[in-house]
Amino acid sequence: MASPAAPARDNRPKLLERAMSRHQYAGSALIEVLHTAQELYGHLSPELLEEVSRKLRLPPSRVLGVATFYHFFSLRPRGEHSFVVCLGTACYVAGALGLLETLERRCARAGTTSPDGRVSVDSARCIGACGLAPAVIRDGRILGRVTPALLEAELGEVGVP
Amino acid sequence: MTIEDLLARQAEELERLRRIPERLYCCTAAGCLSSGGDRVRRALAEEVERRGRSAAVEVCGTGCLGLCSRGPLVRSAAEDALYTQVEPADATALADPAGRAPLAGRRLDDTAPFFAQQTRVVLEHSGHVDPERIGDYLAAGGYGALARAVSEMTPDDVIAEVKASGLRGRGGAGYPTALKWELVARQPEGVKYVVCNADEGDPGAFMDRSVLEGDPHRVLEGMAIAAYAVGAQQGYIYVRGEYGLAIQRLQNAIRQAERERLLGGRVLDTGFQFRVDLRIGAGAFVCGEETALIASIEGERGHPRQRPPYPPELGLFGRPTLINNVETFANVAPIVERGGEWFASIGTPKSTGTKVFALAGHVRNTGLVEVPMGTPLRTILFGIGGGVPEGRRFKAAQTGGPSGGCIPEEHLDLPVDYESLQSIGSIMGSGGLIVIDDSASMVDVARYFMEFSKAESCGKCVPCRAGTVEMHGILERLARKRGRPGDVALLEQLSALLKETSLCGLGLAAPNPVLSTLRFFRGEYESAVVEEGRGAVQGGGAE
Repeated sequence: MASPAAPARDNRPKLLERAMSRHQYAGSALIEVLHTAQELYGHLSPELLEEVSRKLRLPPSRVLGVATFYHFFSLRPRGEHSFVVCLGTACYVAGALGLLETLERRCARAGTTSPDGRVSVDSARCIGACGLAPAVIRDGRILGRVTPALLEAELGEVGVP
Repeated sequence: MTIEDLLARQAEELERLRRIPERLYCCTAAGCLSSGGDRVRRALAEEVERRGRSAAVEVCGTGCLGLCSRGPLVRSAAEDALYTQVEPADATALADPAGRAPLAGRRLDDTAPFFAQQTRVVLEHSGHVDPERIGDYLAAGGYGALARAVSEMTPDDVIAEVKASGLRGRGGAGYPTALKWELVARQPEGVKYVVCNADEGDPGAFMDRSVLEGDPHRVLEGMAIAAYAVGAQQGYIYVRGEYGLAIQRLQNAIRQAERERLLGGRVLDTGFQFRVDLRIGAGAFVCGEETALIASIEGERGHPRQRPPYPPELGLFGRPTLINNVETFANVAPIVERGGEWFASIGTPKSTGTKVFALAGHVRNTGLVEVPMGTPLRTILFGIGGGVPEGRRFKAAQTGGPSGGCIPEEHLDLPVDYESLQSIGSIMGSGGLIVIDDSASMVDVARYFMEFSKAESCGKCVPCRAGTVEMHGILERLARKRGRPGDVALLEQLSALLKETSLCGLGLAAPNPVLSTLRFFRGEYESAVVEEGRGAVQGGGAE
């Protein structure tokens, strides 16, 4: 998920506000609100977390606790492109680890973004595409039966030498 | 809509379908989509349009057709046959029922072994219903069971029917569904909740995903019937955040059902009301555990809570809460419609009905299969699955993911039901079924699952938090063939500790993959231990 560029007139604060008001600023909607915030801004910055904590009247520790508990939330900016290697059982036995190693060697360690901000690399706990093992998600699109050559081609497409 | 309206709508939709001689159902489940199913669908639609045959051939989407390894799949309704590995270039041939001879080699009908040995209840609409159109679901008799429940049955009648069916929870533990319903129904009147656990987290399991993507109304109808039976007015579906397509289909289905007044304020113009909201998970395996799931819906970290009290007494927001899994809810409508006795006639006396399995790993036909409970494992893996690909031998089947175990060759004739699997140290689990061939090391398989449990342990209770780390450390050593004397005994000791003292199912079941591989492949563990004063066995441990 690449972080969306800020439009000329930034209406993201308004959209986030709308998400919170839809849930009547209830603390129980924290996860829903964080989902929206990350969708809008690409990642959850300290300022964003503070804003959510103020509006939902939750202690900052609770908001940070939830944001760091769930793998889905990213507290750092994401790369322009993302590769997520599925490490579910079927993908694992089909050699997914090798694919991840290639990505880590060429781009960034799993869970991080390359220094030039181009590519984020992650692993996933089974994306449920076991029939297509090994699977890799590139920029939200599932690639099935990924071979080293196919991965190479995908890396070429996003400009990784 | 009233019940009369519903019946009229069902008939009208059925008539609409009958007027079209041929319908081409393109599989739009995640598997086929990622092998290009959407391009096939577009090409077919364009081809039909180009030839001006829209009145005779309709191109639509449908839920998982099962044979994921040979996707993209297209089902012809007129022929009742399946075309495999369809490419956009095949559109010309497929669009014309008379011109399909060139595709004969890729055509399968329901006599193919993959289909002949399956019984479809949960997946009966796959290939027959477009999940994005409520009309298709109505044409298949959809929401008829809900109508029957709210108009002809008391809540107790509904529970009695479910009891007669013998339905047990499909999430893995196999708790009798009717007992759970009764517990919630017996709580004093007031706010109660129905929650659908769609946080399918076991690696290698994609049954629930396919049901949600392929037949979302079926799940909603099951939830509504459950809500009527237990006296709840609000439902939540807790879906994994990774399941984008399922989320989209559910949102669409909820909107449609509300518009038709099949959910919402006055369901079918009766006094019964039931709303459903989605809650999207954020990537935490432990949230599949019911009390952690409740915490997550409440906006907290997914930490499990001490039980008892169980959710039927004290659940979501402190209210009585019924939590069932996706596949369990998907079984409810057919039970109400066709009767508990019919359901109980499928499967074995103690494990009734069918079970959906996600077949993957080293097996020819990977995909989604549904079989009567009690079907021998051999039939599923070798009859339906087609066995292990050429050149390799079967070593074990893994069920139940990180909470389950491995089943070796000598137990292949075991009937697949809750008790039999338990008797050999595995579990039914939610339905992931991974075939492992002789190239795999079972110690590595155990290490893989322990790494999973370690990383997904929420950290609340010590046995799980520290125990999984310790066990993983030992398994790492063993996988590198650098085990120390006493490691195997230590693994067994820690396993017993975790099983005795963990707070929730994650920790309680985390040792299962270790125990089960120890039971059947102990030699692999023992040969990975380096005797004191000697070098690494087989020289395999170079770092």
